[in-house]
Amino acid sequence: MRERIDRIAEPWGDRTPYRPGQPWPVRRDAHLTGDGVDRWVPAASLLHSNGDAMDVAVRDGRIVGVRGRADDRVNRGRLGPKDLFGWQANHARDRLTVPLVRRGGELEESDWDTAMGLVVDRSKHLLEEHGPGAIGFYTSGQLFLEEYYTLAVTARAGIGTNHLDGNTRLCTATAAEALKETFGCDGQPASYTDVDHCDTLALFGHNMAETQPVLWMRVLDRLAGPEPPRLLCVDPRPTPAAARSEVHLAPRTGTNVALLNALLHELVRTDRIDHAYVRAHTVGYQELAAGVAKCTPQWAARICDVPAREIQRAAELLGEARKLLSTVLQGVYQSHQATAAAVQVNNLQLLRGMLGRPGCGVLQMNGQPTAENTRECGADGDLPGFRNWENAAHVAELAKLWNVEEERIPHYGAPTPAMQIFRYAEQGSIKLLWISGTNPAVSLPELARIRELLRSEGLFTVVQDLYPTETALLADVVLPAATWGEKTGTFTNADRTVHLCEQAVQPPGQARPDLDILLDYARRMDFRDRDGAPLIGWHDAPGAFEAWQRCSAGRPCDYTGLSYELLRERGGIQWPCDAEHPDGTERLYSDGISWAAPDTCETYGRDLVTGAAVSETEYRALNPGGRAVLKAAEYLPPHEDVSAEHPLQLTTGRTLYHFHTRTKTGRTPQLDAAAPGMWVEIGAGEARSRGLGEGDLVEVATARGAVRARLRVTAIRDGLLFLPFHYGYWDTPGRTGPGPDGGRAANETTVTDWDPVSKQPLYKTAAARLTRIAPADGTPAPAPTTTASAPADPAAAPPTTGGPDALADQRPDPAPEATP
Amino acid sequence: MNPVETVLRTLHDDELALHDDLLAAAEDHRAEHEFHHVATDTARWSAEHARLIAAAAADRGLHLPADRDPAALTRLRRKAAEDLAPRPDGPPGLLAALTALHLAASRNSLHWEMLAQAAQAGRDGELLDLASRCHPQTLRQMRWTNTLIKTLAPQLLTAS
Repeated sequence: MRERIDRIAEPWGDRTPYRPGQPWPVRRDAHLTGDGVDRWVPAASLLHSNGDAMDVAVRDGRIVGVRGRADDRVNRGRLGPKDLFGWQANHARDRLTVPLVRRGGELEESDWDTAMGLVVDRSKHLLEEHGPGAIGFYTSGQLFLEEYYTLAVTARAGIGTNHLDGNTRLCTATAAEALKETFGCDGQPASYTDVDHCDTLALFGHNMAETQPVLWMRVLDRLAGPEPPRLLCVDPRPTPAAARSEVHLAPRTGTNVALLNALLHELVRTDRIDHAYVRAHTVGYQELAAGVAKCTPQWAARICDVPAREIQRAAELLGEARKLLSTVLQGVYQSHQATAAAVQVNNLQLLRGMLGRPGCGVLQMNGQPTAENTRECGADGDLPGFRNWENAAHVAELAKLWNVEEERIPHYGAPTPAMQIFRYAEQGSIKLLWISGTNPAVSLPELARIRELLRSEGLFTVVQDLYPTETALLADVVLPAATWGEKTGTFTNADRTVHLCEQAVQPPGQARPDLDILLDYARRMDFRDRDGAPLIGWHDAPGAFEAWQRCSAGRPCDYTGLSYELLRERGGIQWPCDAEHPDGTERLYSDGISWAAPDTCETYGRDLVTGAAVSETEYRALNPGGRAVLKAAEYLPPHEDVSAEHPLQLTTGRTLYHFHTRTKTGRTPQLDAAAPGMWVEIGAGEARSRGLGEGDLVEVATARGAVRARLRVTAIRDGLLFLPFHYGYWDTPGRTGPGPDGGRAANETTVTDWDPVSKQPLYKTAAARLTRIAPADGTPAPAPTTTASAPADPAAAPPTTGGPDALADQRPDPAPEATP
Repeated sequence: MNPVETVLRTLHDDELALHDDLLAAAEDHRAEHEFHHVATDTARWSAEHARLIAAAAADRGLHLPADRDPAALTRLRRKAAEDLAPRPDGPPGLLAALTALHLAASRNSLHWEMLAQAAQAGRDGELLDLASRCHPQTLRQMRWTNTLIKTLAPQLLTAS
């Protein structure tokens, strides 16, 4: 193993091969600037959902680097490129350091008293004149648990509004909903350690190499060792995962349900079903088998445009697996029939009886690092502690915990999902929208519409963030927030691992932790419980954590066995962690299905096509014993298909070097240089037939809008265009929207449509036309060559490298594990 | 025409009407994105029901036009427009449309119920299969409109 390598050029570093069942060997990654470190402060990654544990290096009151934590269960010392370099964004020159207030159309510097006074006056006025339904909150996937819980209590019991959601709606809502539909409750069944044991790994719409690079290192190390797992990859793009797969299916976008139904059909036809498991732990087998009876590989091949033989091979891979691990991400979650498709992956695992044992499980992944916290705390359209809003006993528990009347907690309907919150704002019934830690002016679909509604006179917007984002520049009040490294709290990754992230340095200027801002608001609003005491009785992060422990007690996400001290000492620990499970819980459902019983479940479920609620009575009849529900779904054609005017499918996605809307990664020199601007991907055959080539300046237009960028010719399936999702306008002359060079944000083009079950927007099913604006001038597209955007012709673009600034350390464990 | 055939004809007409109502409402409420898309998706079910009813009727020598003639189409369009037009004393637009759609689907559901019962009494397996195949989707249309009303009414009626 080399000691130092360029981690932009070689994002996954060197291999530490291992055999099935062995612990993943340690490799300690680090990136430090300058000499000397005063102290190391524990943290975990905030730039993807893997939750990699690290220590932050502090010198002279500034963050000067990071190193992976060798003893942590998640990453065993490794860090991804975003982790290694992203911390520098904390030091960006354009950090917000004072509150801003809009006066005469311009944002002016102000102070906390003035800014909070405006927000509180407006809140009180709206509550009096229009009621709690006039106020909405749209938060992030990057705050801490303590902050989400405080926000949830503020919104649900303080204001009493149903309108609270996170941008996790864009990335993880389908994961949560799919788990709820199948298991009656949210909570990741599997663990990352299942990678150590599996013999077959199926990735559904999950570009793991780019979205969770450290988890991909774990897979690469298994692939480099003896008895490697066989990979199945479903992705229209030539991702690094696809390149390592035994079977790679690249279906037309919007056809996942057809493909999955064909895979299920093959399992049933060949009777590769664990009937004993299905009998003991599930309901609905007959309906599912009947539902897929006609879904032959030949039928699916016509819809998905992949060879029927390849679908059969994929089904054989799944059917022959003895330890099958499936993972799912945005290729499913942000696509047509999102929940229906994600649920079919759960069904695959259940039919094969592959759950709750080492190497057997399903990972319904997150995009955002603290998405799990929004889900468990109820900051994302759920009630705290995975409680069921339709279950009176669950609402009564919350009312008792918060010491408020039950009626004060809105539970007459499901909490409002983000896209509907924005619709209410557009219609004018939501009049105050408080946006924390997210950037809807770039991240939501159909940006022209979003910009217009954010600008509208009738909507008062409060934006709490770190930088003058596109959204902040449109706000009425801007509150400067502290971030990772500048405040303390816990967060939980996709496999239920809780990490403590401690304050290492002071926030800049007057910037404050999000928790302090929320507590200040609650105090100024004077929210009281039924005895007249303050509704929110805590004053700091440890207090909020203890309040959350009380709320989570007895629920699946039980935190009562955790403490800051324990997390400090042990690193990441998986919930539930309570008196019975003092070391946490590696896998759920190792002992049967635990949370689907009618009195316990988080939801009674929804119709997978219409989103209609299943009633309590129906659920009790369907699933009295609280087993997993095998839920069939019929394939529907995508809502927007290609036409003469828009002949190409268009999909968007995330890439290795950037996170969200580049608010941090665009301010990180190595990451920004690796992927400095927007590009458009097209398949080699498609480019040839259209007479297009690498570096051509093109316009991609849909019925909503257009973007302009240089073309990258890759091995993506023909008929499909790909746009990276991250680019916006803060670093362009337009600042909040397209300037003279035209649109650059992918979401100018995307459709306002969402999955009716999970309410997650569809970013992967648009139809577009492509026009050449100017031929190439010898400049290739600014797309990385290390990832799925690699040119089909390797000579078409110079390789992506980071140079001396991107050198990072990697070292093997000084005392390697003894081989068995 | 025997009584069962009368029910078949009624159901055929009403499924076609619901199909048109759903598409008309989807068009009228394009900005209500979830409603627009799901209405369009579930309209497909009604069209398919009408097609299957027409096929079953044809087996009995009863001709029900699978492709609507222009006059019938105009009549149905007018009916759709009447059903969906907001009443001055009624709830706001989308809620009114959902109410009309829910009532139309309920009417179809009752007719499917009649047909299924008649099929069992008459030991008509083909007709029972038809009802068993279609009726669940009609119930899903009802649950869907009901869910949307439950979800939207609090905001549309109190916070505007």
